[in-house]
Amino acid sequence: MLNDDSILGSSPVRKEGRAKVLGTARYIDDQSIPEMWHGTTVRSSIARGRIRAIHFAQEIDWTQFAIVRSSDIPGENAIIHLTKDHPCLADGEINHPEEPILLLAHPRKTALLAAVAGIRIDYDELPGIFTIEDSEAAVTNNDVDRIIWEGSEHGGTANCFKQYLMHSGVAKETEEGLAGAFETADFIVEGEYRTSAQEQLYIEPNGVIAECEKDDKGNVVGVCVRGSMQCPYYVVHALTVVFSLPEEKCRAIQTETGGAFGGKEDFPSVIGSHAALLAMKCGHPVKMIYDRAEDMAATTKRHPCRTRHRTAVSKDGKLLGAEIEVALDGGAYATLSPVVLSRATIHAPGPYRWPFVRVRAKAMATNHPPHGAFRGFGAPQSLFAMERHMDKIARVVGLAPEELRRRNFLQTGDRTATGQLLTEPVDMEHLLTRALRESHYHEKLARFAEENSHSPIKRGIGIATFMHGAGFTGSGERRLNSVVQIELLPDGRPQILVSSTEFGQGTNTILCQVAAQTLQIPYEAVTIAQPDTQIVPNSGPTVASRTAMIVGKLVERASAQLLETLRIGACLPGSHLPDQFFFAAKQYLAEHGSLRTSVRYEPMKPVDWDEELFHGDAYPTYAWAVYVAEVAVDLNTYSASVTRFDALQEVGKVMHPVLAKGQVEGGIAQGIGYALYEKCVWKDGRMMNNQMTNYIMPTSADLPEIHVHFEEVPSPHGPGGAKGIGELPMDGPAPAILNAIENAIGVSFNTIPLLPEDIFERLTGFTEPSRGGSEELDPDRVGEFLPEVNA
Amino acid sequence: MSTTVQITVNGQPQRVNVPPMKRLLDVLREDLHLTGTKEGCGEGECGACAVLLNDELINSCLIPVLQANGARVCTIEGVATEGHLHPIQRCFLERGGAQCGICTPGMILATHHLLDTHPNPTLEEIQEGLAGNLCRCTGYMRIFEAVQRAAEEQHAL
Repeated sequence: MLNDDSILGSSPVRKEGRAKVLGTARYIDDQSIPEMWHGTTVRSSIARGRIRAIHFAQEIDWTQFAIVRSSDIPGENAIIHLTKDHPCLADGEINHPEEPILLLAHPRKTALLAAVAGIRIDYDELPGIFTIEDSEAAVTNNDVDRIIWEGSEHGGTANCFKQYLMHSGVAKETEEGLAGAFETADFIVEGEYRTSAQEQLYIEPNGVIAECEKDDKGNVVGVCVRGSMQCPYYVVHALTVVFSLPEEKCRAIQTETGGAFGGKEDFPSVIGSHAALLAMKCGHPVKMIYDRAEDMAATTKRHPCRTRHRTAVSKDGKLLGAEIEVALDGGAYATLSPVVLSRATIHAPGPYRWPFVRVRAKAMATNHPPHGAFRGFGAPQSLFAMERHMDKIARVVGLAPEELRRRNFLQTGDRTATGQLLTEPVDMEHLLTRALRESHYHEKLARFAEENSHSPIKRGIGIATFMHGAGFTGSGERRLNSVVQIELLPDGRPQILVSSTEFGQGTNTILCQVAAQTLQIPYEAVTIAQPDTQIVPNSGPTVASRTAMIVGKLVERASAQLLETLRIGACLPGSHLPDQFFFAAKQYLAEHGSLRTSVRYEPMKPVDWDEELFHGDAYPTYAWAVYVAEVAVDLNTYSASVTRFDALQEVGKVMHPVLAKGQVEGGIAQGIGYALYEKCVWKDGRMMNNQMTNYIMPTSADLPEIHVHFEEVPSPHGPGGAKGIGELPMDGPAPAILNAIENAIGVSFNTIPLLPEDIFERLTGFTEPSRGGSEELDPDRVGEFLPEVNA
Repeated sequence: MSTTVQITVNGQPQRVNVPPMKRLLDVLREDLHLTGTKEGCGEGECGACAVLLNDELINSCLIPVLQANGARVCTIEGVATEGHLHPIQRCFLERGGAQCGICTPGMILATHHLLDTHPNPTLEEIQEGLAGNLCRCTGYMRIFEAVQRAAEEQHAL
């Protein structure tokens, strides 16, 4: 195990931190290339229809501009993600507002605004679909005008990108078990829960600079895109399709990236392809930087989601069976929706032991811009539902929320809802006990109840208990087949070569810690190369809470291999001092010229995952957590705020306590925003509040004290025992907060974001309760959506 | 139409010939090549472009450069001295106050201004003082800690 002076577990300053505090870190908009032009996008003003004509204003000299149409694309007109349904540029058909139609470039950025205004596009509009329900209704009613996709394009059914059906065991036995469970249950509890779109709101908007190389005949022989991105090899893949070039002719370089959170997972493939097409057309490097309004209106957001639960429970609070339905609004193209849906499906049953569970999940097409990756990737949506529903079950059964959970937690040796055997230690009961103690839960519960009786400020406390799978789902890591390399620089210092990117979360720092720890040299002596696909191998995308655990483990193995080579090839002793390492390294280089070790991912054991049945080992391992939110609801203003937050998690070995705390606190801040502030206002598929002025994210003045606690249970999957941490903190805040609000005012809200006007309308009976609400103040209103039947 | 504007930036007198309504942000970044000042929203909401103008904290995306004529401007490039980190910068670095780093220059200038006006700020004063600077990564807690630590160090001097 690690000793006291170990590098893993200490908090050295982040590798690129000095440049960041000095302001010398070079983001994409801080860079330029000689002779560079500037690019922009002409977008659709309608949600759905056909382009009839495009008019160019006569007063503009268009010969000064490079103009790219879909017909200019040398390869396929598709942005490849999982399928090719997503055009690079609209070719006649429009499927969402702000869909790219034309690209323009000009030597002067200031010329672009008037040029975009000088282009008028005529459309034949078609009716758009903007909710999951309308998309479903179009199918049910066979309303052909509102069928956006026939289904064959995605291997599914009409208006549906993907469906999953997941059973906790063999389908037939599970269905019989469920029928029996609902037959014999003391209570059947139903509920519907909704989460809305959320903007990633990285402070640096999407941006790239592209270059294009041509041969004597003017054929494109190579393209290079540098910019703000999470996954350089995704951009390379996209370029190979758009330009019909082999992978080695397409290059992506990640520059310092000012936040991403999933928002720069798939989208850089779009803006990168666009800038490269303009570079091809004008013969100059082209910079494209979105302004905030364009970034918010045109790029991806978190998928809106509707989750329905039907649960069989015994009177002593044992969960007997569950039927769960998850529906995502995927937007106009499939993009990443199938994999977001996958994570939503697997996380939907929460950290509980279910004798029988069935999850039906689907991603529906609408005419919103495609929804995409955002920290948590489907899990925050389905866990919001599960954790709100647990509080509802507790109330129906008559148990305290913590007690109901305690009676149903998964434990070591249990099987999850996908049938995965939990072989590593899991102790949710202990996490719960400790979290309640750290947050003074019981004391506060009693105090708030007493104080609320004579105060217009109602206070409450609520919990959420949950898990998050680390790494790609199922055999995903096997498929990624990630490679990590370490080389020696001429002065003997090791350099890590990975395509894993730093965008604030600490990739550079922790990977250097892992190498330093393994090589037994100081952290400061290890460097990490800029992710440039011409130099670094494909260590997989920087997503899915996989970097610390999966890539970290590969860095550990590559380092061990490097060390072994030096022990054999340069007589490095078995236990060495740093100077001896550098001496041996230089000696080896003098003799052999270079040294680079390379390792490839290997699962710890064969992955037992059935993609068809959605059954087996869903993730290499899980992080576990109990979050406690304390809220105050002001009945004068109807605003709810979080007054304290306690977050306890078990993420394996904590590699860097300062970074880890920062990750958790940042995720909780985004979770608080998700629950109480961040509302996308849509009109006919277009985001209307695409500005920081009216899309409200938490400021420093809005956040409470956040207390972060760790339980460290080393996992064999990650370096030094680490597991994934990045997405977990996004999952718990929203349900904990809404549970606390219910505790404060006795009213159950099941839709987020929950704004003061929503609380006002409900408490004053200003409007009819929205479909899917559960308990209302007026018991007469309890209707079909609350059939809490005493069976 | 351009006009000559004189600004003292980080102690250095500068003359630029630019359109008078050009944003101070663009003059700093494009004409003076001081790219440490960032653009996050272009409408004065996020504070990524914050600089000190005659010791006042302003969003440089909202200031036409003519308005800065004759003024003193301090950007992130003027905070460190000869490569030595200012205590605020060092505390941000050591305490995890910078993650992706895009808000950091503005946040450090806002902290500078806060500690000039409130040498011993309470947590509430820090929260208020930085409320014009959005950070999406940190949840602000590491930033608060960095500011508190920087204030303590200034007192120790």
